[in-house]
Amino acid sequence: MNCKSITTGSTHELDGTLFCQAYRYMLTARLLEEKLAALKRSGKIVGGVFLGRGQEALSVALGIHLRKGDVYAPLIRDQAGRLAFGEGMLDALRTYLGSALGSMRGRDGNIHRGRPREGYFAMISHLGAMVSAVSGALIARRFRGETGIVGATCIGDGGTSTGSFHEGLNLAAIEKLPLVVVVANNQYAYSTPNSRQFACDNLVDRAIGYGITGHRVIGNDLANCLEVLQKAVAAARAGAGPQLVVADLLRLIGHADHDDASYITEAQKQSPLGRDCMIVAQQFLLEKNWMSQAELDSWQKEIEVEIEATTTRVLREPAPDPQEESWIPFATSHLHSESL
Amino acid sequence: MTSITYLEAIRAAQARALEEDSRVFIYGQDVGSFGGAFKATKNLAKEFPGRVMDSPISEDAMIGMAIGAAIEGMRPIIEMQFADFSTCGLNQIVNHAATLFYRTEVPCPLVVRLPCGGTSGGGPFHSQSLEAIYAHFPGLVVMTPGTVEDAYTMLLEAINIDDPVIFCEHKFLYYHLKAEALPTMALPSNKARVTRPGRDATVVTYSAMLHESLAAAAELAHDGYEIEVVDLRSVKPLDTDTILASVARTGRLLVVSEAFPWGGVTAEVIARVTAEGFGLLDAPPQRLNARDTPVPYHPALWGTHRPTASTIASALHRLLKL
Repeated sequence: MNCKSITTGSTHELDGTLFCQAYRYMLTARLLEEKLAALKRSGKIVGGVFLGRGQEALSVALGIHLRKGDVYAPLIRDQAGRLAFGEGMLDALRTYLGSALGSMRGRDGNIHRGRPREGYFAMISHLGAMVSAVSGALIARRFRGETGIVGATCIGDGGTSTGSFHEGLNLAAIEKLPLVVVVANNQYAYSTPNSRQFACDNLVDRAIGYGITGHRVIGNDLANCLEVLQKAVAAARAGAGPQLVVADLLRLIGHADHDDASYITEAQKQSPLGRDCMIVAQQFLLEKNWMSQAELDSWQKEIEVEIEATTTRVLREPAPDPQEESWIPFATSHLHSESL
Repeated sequence: MTSITYLEAIRAAQARALEEDSRVFIYGQDVGSFGGAFKATKNLAKEFPGRVMDSPISEDAMIGMAIGAAIEGMRPIIEMQFADFSTCGLNQIVNHAATLFYRTEVPCPLVVRLPCGGTSGGGPFHSQSLEAIYAHFPGLVVMTPGTVEDAYTMLLEAINIDDPVIFCEHKFLYYHLKAEALPTMALPSNKARVTRPGRDATVVTYSAMLHESLAAAAELAHDGYEIEVVDLRSVKPLDTDTILASVARTGRLLVVSEAFPWGGVTAEVIARVTAEGFGLLDAPPQRLNARDTPVPYHPALWGTHRPTASTIASALHRLLKL
């Protein structure tokens, strides 16, 4: 491996080590999600399986620029970012497979997972809701006098249409919070195209309306994603207020496992939007001679072994037991014994 | 003699919480230097700089923000300008705050203060009583204090509880209801209170309807009836034991609420008493709610939309003849 910093065509220095590290998270996410899809097909996973195929570069570029102590609320296509933020594949598999030992203990599933005490928020399905929640965490940190931290959350093109998204971003702008909101414009909200979702030229234009900084990024180009997200996260961390990052890309799979995505046009698939970020990144690092094909192949094998071993382990773990379940929704102990 | 109003008790509880607990902060529309639409946060921004913050008109984001802050260990108090507007934040309350502990084992200690209930001229969008909606969702505590003392002690308890609390304070009581002093003792918020003992019939009620019910009970006392009045204080948890004990004494039950009639607290109380205390009943349990229309604006209409001492007395007379 020869992952050292080089200067790209632009004046920015691209960190080869970081690029390779990001690529490894992307590869892990892609392979893990292929495993999740297989587990779904074989009936081992109940409920939906939501995959981030085509969005790994964008997702990892955010996660990899966050630090321990930051707050991160990923959305449904952020397996790569979750791994980069520090979630092991164990939590992902346990939640999908409903292990009693997972962080959600069978009480919630699939992508609705996190460890909020560790700054890793567990999304609710209602889009836009996490923008204000992350903002609240940042306000709490401000009360405690903590500086140099960042909160980040992700959303899709469809999610930007919600009132919750607007309210949250406006609140964050008023409070000048160190918030990064990454919008993956993958052209479709489930099956609804951009033309039925918004009427502005580009979603990044909305940053002006909120009085915050907007960034555009080529969502399937890891080099560009790393560069832009580095800039956005650093700006937020330095006190420049909320940063809105809008990425153009294409979801290379259905909304969930049941969706064949027949609405995605052939022209889009053939356009630059349809490039697979994995292939783009792989070609880039091979061209830069940061890694050899043999090294990439060995990474893939290592990751596949880890996925198989973790899956086997989780499949042996106990399911939640309804007899053991507390069935108590309250944290306050004296409320437990009451007839509610 | 000095006296303190229901509203002043709410302000005093918040001042005490801000004083004693650095994790507490207040967020809401106009709550800062203006002191809130009803002045429930009067002077608090000045007394506690930076901890009483004006919010934009964004009920969803206000609650979402409180959830994030609560996860991080703060104890936010959110003032909704009117309970009616909390429906704009409903999603964050019922799907996010209410589910958080069950899903993640991380507590969500926040208080949403809802100025509830009707006042003359309030109309359809500044008068509603929404406790039943919130009580429906697992994970929320719903308090409905009807006295100055309870407004004070229950709000302090709400702030200390590790769960999201919907604190329904009645606007009609804000200025009119007075006590001599703030209480020094507190009954736990999850216990109902027998406010007036009796033996002929039980009225179970809460919030402003407590006072209408007490007035009705006083009226029936002139006719020789002893009516027991039970103040629920909280509608979730619901203190079924105290209700059943009262029905065991009287054999007759009327449940009174200012909220809309379909479902709700009155139906819940009657369902529980019927299921768990059927043998205690000497007559079919009765309920009295507001009418099943939006809350009307004109005082003449509003005055007959909600239960009053007079309609409660009539309902009691009917119940006693059943």
